Amino acid sequence: MADTPRVRIQVDDFDLSAEVAALRRGDGGVGAVCAFVGTVRDRTAGQPGAISAMELEHYPGMTERAIEAMIDEAHRRFDLRGARVIHRVGLLQPLDQIVLVVVTSAHRGESFKGCEFLMDYLKTQAPFWKKETTPDGARWVDARVADDEALARWGFAASNAG
Amino acid sequence: MSSIRLRYFASLREALGPGEDAPFTPGLTLGQLRDQMIARGGRHAEVLARGRALRCALNQQMADEASPVPEGAEVAFFPPVTGG
Repeated sequence: MADTPRVRIQVDDFDLSAEVAALRRGDGGVGAVCAFVGTVRDRTAGQPGAISAMELEHYPGMTERAIEAMIDEAHRRFDLRGARVIHRVGLLQPLDQIVLVVVTSAHRGESFKGCEFLMDYLKTQAPFWKKETTPDGARWVDARVADDEALARWGFAASNAG
Repeated sequence: MSSIRLRYFASLREALGPGEDAPFTPGLTLGQLRDQMIARGGRHAEVLARGRALRCALNQQMADEASPVPEGAEVAFFPPVTGG
């Protein structure tokens, strides 16, 4: 099994293929890999080009610990071989990659579920904050109730936005 | 003198700075600590106001306002999270 850190918070970009290869390396029990990449949109409320930059802030120490706990929970709920999360911070541009979640398992069902669970969890429970730059100036992004509802499907009461 | 370390993030950090110390009071809850900071007035009263949706962490774990704040704790106040 790969011995890279399970959680990385970094300014630098990441390479999906390299991360998948690192997680699969040497594990013949893996039959399924599911990866999610979140990217920076250039628009808000359907206005293409309205967002010119995105800044991401986190809570060093707590953010890593919160995501580690999420990965532990994902392993308890699903039959996973491995999981990795990378989240970028700092100044990003439209089209940049923000977040990567990669999950491996013996069969596809557990990978799909584990990957979606980790993303739903991360959206409402990991301390990150986005600030977007628009023609009207910079503004902090509002939390979405839909993200709380997404986590609720897994049996967690999230009250981030509400 | 023992104290509590307060940390702020995102819009709160912009208004109040990255953090400050507050005196430790036995039995004080996170919610009461928030009220104490609101009572300072000015920007504190504005950004920590009860009408604002805020979340808090105690020693780097999400916590609710009923949680007691232990001596030497690290307390963080911040807006709802928006990562991913």
